[in-house]
Amino acid sequence: MEWETVIGLEVHVQLATKTKIFSGASTAFGAEPNTQACAIDLAMPGTLPVVNEEAYRLAVMFGLGIDAEISKRSFFERKNYFYPDLPKGYQTTQLDSPIVGRGHVDIPLANGGTKAIRIHHAHLEEDAGKSVHEGFIGMSGIDLNRAGTPLIEIVSEPDISNAEEAVAFAKKLHGIVTSLGICDGEMSQGSMRFDVNVSVRRPGEELGTRTETKNLNSFRFMTECIELEVERQIDLIEDGGKVLQETRLYNGDTKVARSMRSKEEANDYRYFPCPDLLPVEIDDEYIEAVRAAMPEIPAARKARFVGDLGLSEYDADILSSDAVQSAFFEQATKVSGDAKLSANWVMGDVNARLNSDEITIKDAPISADLLGGLILRIKDNTISNKIAKQVFDAMWAGEGDADTVIEAKGLKQVSDTGALEAMVDDVLNANAAMVEEYINTEEAKRKKKLGGFMGPIMKASKGQANPKVVNEILLKKLNERL
Amino acid sequence: MHNKTIAELAQGLRNKDFSSEELTRHYLDRIERLDGNYNSYITVTGEQAIAQAKDADERLSIGDQPTLCGVPIAHKDIFCTDGVRTSCGSKMLDNFVPPYNAAIVDNYLAAGAVTLGKVNMDEFAMGSSNETSYYGAVKNPWNTNCVPGGSSGGSAAAVAAHLAAASTASDTGGSIRQPASLCGLTGLKPTYGRVSRWGMIAYASSLDQAGPITRTAEDAAIMLNTMASFDKRDSTCVDESIPDYTVTLNDSLKGLRIGVPKEYFSEGLNADTAARVQDAIKEFEKQGAIIKEISLPHTQLAVPAYYVIAPAECSANLSRFDGVRYGYRCENPADLQDLYKRSRSEAFGEEVQRRIMVGAYALSAGYYDAYYRKAQQVRRLVKQDFVDAFDDVDVIMGPTATAPAFEFGAMAGDSVAMYLEDIYTIAINLAGLPGLSIPCGLVDNKPVGLQLIGNYFSEAKLLNAAHQFQQITDHHQQSAPAID
Repeated sequence: MEWETVIGLEVHVQLATKTKIFSGASTAFGAEPNTQACAIDLAMPGTLPVVNEEAYRLAVMFGLGIDAEISKRSFFERKNYFYPDLPKGYQTTQLDSPIVGRGHVDIPLANGGTKAIRIHHAHLEEDAGKSVHEGFIGMSGIDLNRAGTPLIEIVSEPDISNAEEAVAFAKKLHGIVTSLGICDGEMSQGSMRFDVNVSVRRPGEELGTRTETKNLNSFRFMTECIELEVERQIDLIEDGGKVLQETRLYNGDTKVARSMRSKEEANDYRYFPCPDLLPVEIDDEYIEAVRAAMPEIPAARKARFVGDLGLSEYDADILSSDAVQSAFFEQATKVSGDAKLSANWVMGDVNARLNSDEITIKDAPISADLLGGLILRIKDNTISNKIAKQVFDAMWAGEGDADTVIEAKGLKQVSDTGALEAMVDDVLNANAAMVEEYINTEEAKRKKKLGGFMGPIMKASKGQANPKVVNEILLKKLNERL
Repeated sequence: MHNKTIAELAQGLRNKDFSSEELTRHYLDRIERLDGNYNSYITVTGEQAIAQAKDADERLSIGDQPTLCGVPIAHKDIFCTDGVRTSCGSKMLDNFVPPYNAAIVDNYLAAGAVTLGKVNMDEFAMGSSNETSYYGAVKNPWNTNCVPGGSSGGSAAAVAAHLAAASTASDTGGSIRQPASLCGLTGLKPTYGRVSRWGMIAYASSLDQAGPITRTAEDAAIMLNTMASFDKRDSTCVDESIPDYTVTLNDSLKGLRIGVPKEYFSEGLNADTAARVQDAIKEFEKQGAIIKEISLPHTQLAVPAYYVIAPAECSANLSRFDGVRYGYRCENPADLQDLYKRSRSEAFGEEVQRRIMVGAYALSAGYYDAYYRKAQQVRRLVKQDFVDAFDDVDVIMGPTATAPAFEFGAMAGDSVAMYLEDIYTIAINLAGLPGLSIPCGLVDNKPVGLQLIGNYFSEAKLLNAAHQFQQITDHHQQSAPAID
């Protein structure tokens, strides 16, 4: 039986403001519990919220970044529920008038095409605090440092068809918010959190009942969780059961998902407009001012990489997605003067090492300038591509810039004709049978036989021979023997 | 000294007839001796008051000071006071000591006013009789078998019994004007946004507004001069220029157009009260004002709309009182639900619980449109009534309350009768307009009030009209018989 998966995402993005959305307390991560919670965050009696204009501006910027409608008039509402980490007993959020309206994010597909994932809306709201269970016996601690941190909640349409697309979408969003500088993108610190709505249906049928798995904070967990949930729902239906509308949790460490609450247990949040805050009204002038001050978004960068630097769509897409990586690539290109080579190095060796070291490009031990310097030495034939990898490894290990490593290890490419002629002669003399075979091959096919000599020659030169020069000498010497 | 108005006390302090310390000790002594009869104070801050009085004397000896410097006043216990218990009349906050001052408390401290203490009120400002206070009912100094009105009953009783020169108060549906009316005082609810709400414990945020209860309109002007300020910490505070409310007190009323809404004199209004109010309006005519009958057609809808909107807002505003961070927490909670349920059930009084439940119901899925949204629509209609009326008139006048003070328990078990107590005041909160109550005579030896309603930010005009009335009448000079 064939099944179709329908996925929608709700993404919580912490905005990179210095202070909270309704108070002047700091939003910095990692402080001692409750040291960044002021009277407003603690919901002390008589305290009142004031909207942080910067949070508002960053939300507008996000809307412009996904080509969305921006609400000229929006207001905050109270979402009422009791929980210890929610000091006021309500969350101040937006329901009827989200600041960001319909937009879209385009994701690359495996077949080389792109797919537009529609954004239903994105709204501003405050984050809750955290309950802390470790270190308390028979009690829970509450840390309200996070309470009041500004969030935008981005709600997609159910346009996503599998885990791969979901992750591609999540990564695109990550690239957009980090490129705009509106979020630090630190998922392990909770700066971006994903709620995944999943349902399955047979092709052509109505949408199935969906479940929502909350608070996934890594792309890997998202993939695992979606695949697990799709399988669970299909098994359930095929065994004659029904999917229940419920909220679920996925534990990335144990790889186990469980139900948190069913729809019947869901709260009636009794939303109503917050009477402590006035509606926020903005005009075109404001929107254009935000747009003018907006950093480049990945899609614009991609277009520039293709148009100005001549990269392929594929390469441009990868390199433009992340702001830090883009900047790294552009700087390496600036130093080396070669976009294509820089792109290959960043996507190839640099990424491979980042992955194996489990670090991000921000923490890479070599700078873009150093990489550019290495590429320069390839271009001016000081070293071959192959030797360059050896130099790169040394640079990564902190042994200095390309020139220092080449000098210290004596890796400079040999282009001296005299030395190379002697090496070629030695190899030809030692491989008389191959030379014989070369001579007996018809002319049109001889070129193919050249490769057999290159290996031993390069080996004799410890890889330092300039392949282009060797090739010329080899041809000349072989032709002399015809 | 305790029979003097703020204006007279300020003069006496400057003439060195008495010092602020003497004045303050005199008031503290009166509170000590007499407040047992009225229960108007929840907390008396004697030591702090004397220290403040000494500071004020020091300031007065140096030179020019604000009028209120050295004048002893009381704060309604809804205003947070740094280091002094702020209970809001509730068991829930019986142990709550804020680490900050309300904006208006800071304003009065800066002016050098002396704080005698925190005065009683209906629990969380919910009530029209001051019978819902955790600290017991307040008695009306005019007749201690009667209520002083509410929710600012402690403010009114303290001023009427001359236990403070004036008091701060707050008004969500009539909580300044109705007790002022029932205690023979001047009470002003300013335009919504005129006075900062920072540090005033919220009942219904879109309706709450602080204001003074005083002996005279002139004192109300002096009090408002200090109370009103623009405050960025309150997003609903309006950055509108603040005049000196005392300079226009003596403007002529010639040509003042007074609108008298016919709906304010229909059934439900005590006939003697109506007569006193009508007589008072005639006094304005004598001063050259023009009286016109007007109509506020949606008057009857104001009370029902209010009793959806105010409870809805309070149901959320009071959610923070959950027993987790401050305030009352039940003994030995079994789990989180038990902690919430028992803390709130044990510490909130009946009326507060009733309004939270009414509000939660009105906001519930399936009822929101029928109740909350409908009430907001009615609110706009009520407001429009006034906007239309102010095209033709400058001030609207009518009764403040339906009758003089009623006896304790008279409305027990009849919430609706109690809610209708505020029928003439509630619409003004829904519209966000300023309203002023001044005494206009006695019925059964108990005071009744005339209400003046003005256009937005026209407090100066209301105070001017009231002051002129008080120049040719003496209702405001009468004290409760038991007061020496």
